[in-house]
Amino acid sequence: MNRKTSIVLTGVGGQGVITAANILGKAAVRAKTNVYVSEVHGMAQRGGAVNCTVRLGNVSGPLVAAATADVIVSLEPVEALRNIMYANKKTKIITDINPVVPFTVSVGGEKYPNLDDVYKEIQSRAILFKIDALKIAKDSGAAITKNIVMLGALAAADVLPFKSDVLLETILGNIPVKYKDINKKAFNGGMKALKDL
Amino acid sequence: MMMEIIENKVGKKILLLGNEAITRGALEAGVDIATTYPGTPSSEIADTFSKIAKYATKQNKDPGFYCEYSTNEKVALEVAAAAAFSGLRALTCMKHVGLNVASDAFMTYLYVGCKAGHIIVTADDPYCHSSQNEQDNRYFALFGSAPMLEPTTPQEAKEMTRLGFELSEELKLPVLLRTTTRLNHARGAVTFNKLKKPRKKGHFEKDPLLVTTPNTARIKHPVLLEKMKQAEKISEKSPFNEVINIGTPKDFGIVTSGVSYNYVKEVSEIMDLDVGILKLGMTHPLPRKMCEKFIKSCKSLIVVEEGEPILENQFKAMAYDIGSNVRIYGKSTDHFSRLYEYNPDIVAEAFSKIFKVKNPFPKQMQPKLKLPSRPPTLCPGCPHRATYYAVKKAAPKDTIYPTDIGCYTLGKAPPLETADLLLCMGSNAGTACGLSVATDQKIISFMGDSTFFHSGIPPIINAVYHNHDCVISILDNRTTAMTGHQPNPGTEFDGMGRQANLIVIEDIVKGLGVKHIEVVDPNNIKETAEAYKRALDFKGPSVVVSKSPCILLEVQRMRRAGEKIPVYTIDQDKCTKCKTCIGRFGCPAFYYADDGSIHIDETQCNGCGNCVEICPVDAISKKEGKK
Ligand SMILES: Cc1ncc(C[n+]2csc(CCOP(=O)(O)OP(=O)(O)O)c2C)c(N)n1
Ligand code: SF4
Ligand code: SF4
Repeated sequence: MNRKTSIVLTGVGGQGVITAANILGKAAVRAKTNVYVSEVHGMAQRGGAVNCTVRLGNVSGPLVAAATADVIVSLEPVEALRNIMYANKKTKIITDINPVVPFTVSVGGEKYPNLDDVYKEIQSRAILFKIDALKIAKDSGAAITKNIVMLGALAAADVLPFKSDVLLETILGNIPVKYKDINKKAFNGGMKALKDL
Repeated sequence: MMMEIIENKVGKKILLLGNEAITRGALEAGVDIATTYPGTPSSEIADTFSKIAKYATKQNKDPGFYCEYSTNEKVALEVAAAAAFSGLRALTCMKHVGLNVASDAFMTYLYVGCKAGHIIVTADDPYCHSSQNEQDNRYFALFGSAPMLEPTTPQEAKEMTRLGFELSEELKLPVLLRTTTRLNHARGAVTFNKLKKPRKKGHFEKDPLLVTTPNTARIKHPVLLEKMKQAEKISEKSPFNEVINIGTPKDFGIVTSGVSYNYVKEVSEIMDLDVGILKLGMTHPLPRKMCEKFIKSCKSLIVVEEGEPILENQFKAMAYDIGSNVRIYGKSTDHFSRLYEYNPDIVAEAFSKIFKVKNPFPKQMQPKLKLPSRPPTLCPGCPHRATYYAVKKAAPKDTIYPTDIGCYTLGKAPPLETADLLLCMGSNAGTACGLSVATDQKIISFMGDSTFFHSGIPPIINAVYHNHDCVISILDNRTTAMTGHQPNPGTEFDGMGRQANLIVIEDIVKGLGVKHIEVVDPNNIKETAEAYKRALDFKGPSVVVSKSPCILLEVQRMRRAGEKIPVYTIDQDKCTKCKTCIGRFGCPAFYYADDGSIHIDETQCNGCGNCVEICPVDAISKKEGKK
């Protein structure tokens, strides 16, 4: 198999970006696909910007070169644009639409940009998919499953080299029974949201 | 749930973090003891040992090994070295700067050598993702004469750890396993070998040569040099050193090691190059014959290594020795940098210049819109913020704030701005002493509880003995928070999950001879400010111990106990928009709505309640129930 798939997952510390990347990696092992994941720890936990990369197939390392991502999944709209250097015209960018305003705006006098401008720039450089993942997560039973909603959306985006079932099974295989229902709803909600676009 | 990482299923393949793979490799080698002082990016190695130990303890089983979070890296190395002298397999892990602290033991340990295998993991951090410098610890292998292994992938990290114990025992020398962030924090598939049973107890055989007096050191140094000759022979045959061909190599050869190999391989394939790659896994001592043969096989060599030109300089020397006029591209030709991390783009850019072909990757295009920065910050409800706010109330404007390493370093950012000087762990109190001599300014220094035990005590003794006029604060949040909430000598349970002999910081401070000690709860901001005023008025060294648990631990405790976490809210009718809460206190849970009114984001608020006290018009109060 000569194909490579490069995925960038991004968001804000505490949103579950690293967990999502880890699940994706585990799903790949389950699907017998070669995989490398790269994450950031330490300083990133305290509300900082987080970015993880996942690479699948015929790859020898986890880092994604400029403009070569197949898909960027972002749990926050500004973070999607912050990672635009990984995108090319064919890159799919799936983002949640709910901003998390950094303290540098409230305290430091920086500006949070107008979201329409953010989306406009993304659209001029890649293929944009916007979903209200927070709403889907809340409707599924817990806001914290937003990362699972985003994985669902990713599974529907036609980029993964394995079936969406493998991803869902991996998610459900790693959580206590009482949370399975919520997570399944979140995942399926994400899939549907992307397909409905 | 059974812990997958301790399953004894040969051939099983699971996704592991590079650090977890190192732990697994040690278990497959039957490691008896693992010691550490935590530090990113090394922490998950010891944290995994600790998790396994606690899991076993819970089930009334013996984990088979002993692990501890020692007070600092030097102690960690000494504890493990003693075990290795006694015939037990040992592993010690630390971040790169930790080896500076442990270096005094490390340098002479190599003279003495070990009996059972000992792996010392150094986790380097090119680009300083979470460090105060990006020093290249491969120099330590050359500096002290230590055999060194450098893994490329999690799978290789596991294998090098497992086989590294055998290498260590063959040479009777500790082995340096040198990793970097992109290995420690990369995940990849790892295939299991059999777990080996640890020995658990060894026996210390007395030997006068274990006492490094000048006489024994003079005997031991040549022994070490002999061992390195033997190590070179092993390196020639090491399965970790190999030549990998891409296309049909003609003139060009590439020398690389560690994670750089990943970029070299992928970029060479994408660029359709015809090159031989000398991939070095055992990088000290180098397999001289193998390297010389490789040099002779090409007209030009490219050396791709992050950090310092360590391979590059050695290859230049070897080329000179064999009279080769091979052209060597690398840092000295400015094709590669000594700075930061490498990635596929950087390697492709250099190759495109050397091979005079087009770079296959487009240029990095940053966003055109100006985006707000998003640095890490003290959590909502963090006790450090309350202490800093009180300090700023009490201290005159020109006060200097020497700081230290931990979550509290984040006090550097506005609006608190309570961090002025930092070198390394423990430096807060040492520099406070110096500043008190050098200036007439007031000095308030800060260190965390873990930092106090690590290296904060000697400089306090120094302050007492010389009567330096400064206030030294210990921000006792009851944990080692920044690196992932590990235990320290002030916490109730140790890394094995056992009840430990907790040490009370103010008792030590008293024992050090400090005459003015204040112990405060920072959540009482007014009293904390008063305490700081008294400490500032005291002539000579004074210590303030500001004690309140990290809010993340507190929230976790409350959740487990079934207690509700309160949420706070701002009464918009009372709020005068004076901005004290947002502009001076700076809890990140506050935000401005579009109309300029100030609100608390309930999903972020951790319910510390401190904003109630700082609001001058009593507009903030507890909301009913929640969370
Ligand atoms: C020599 C050395 N070892 C380890 C580290 C990694 N490190 C950074 S912060 C920190 C923990 C500090 O804990 P503490 O002082 O209790 O402060 P907290 O983060 O809990 O506020 C450690 C171990 C380091 N920077 N230098
Ligand atoms: S983890 Fe704890 S100590 Fe660190 S910033 Fe958050 S609340 Fe403060
Ligand atoms: S109570 Fe106030 S200061 Fe504490 S976390 Fe909530 S908003 Fe922040």
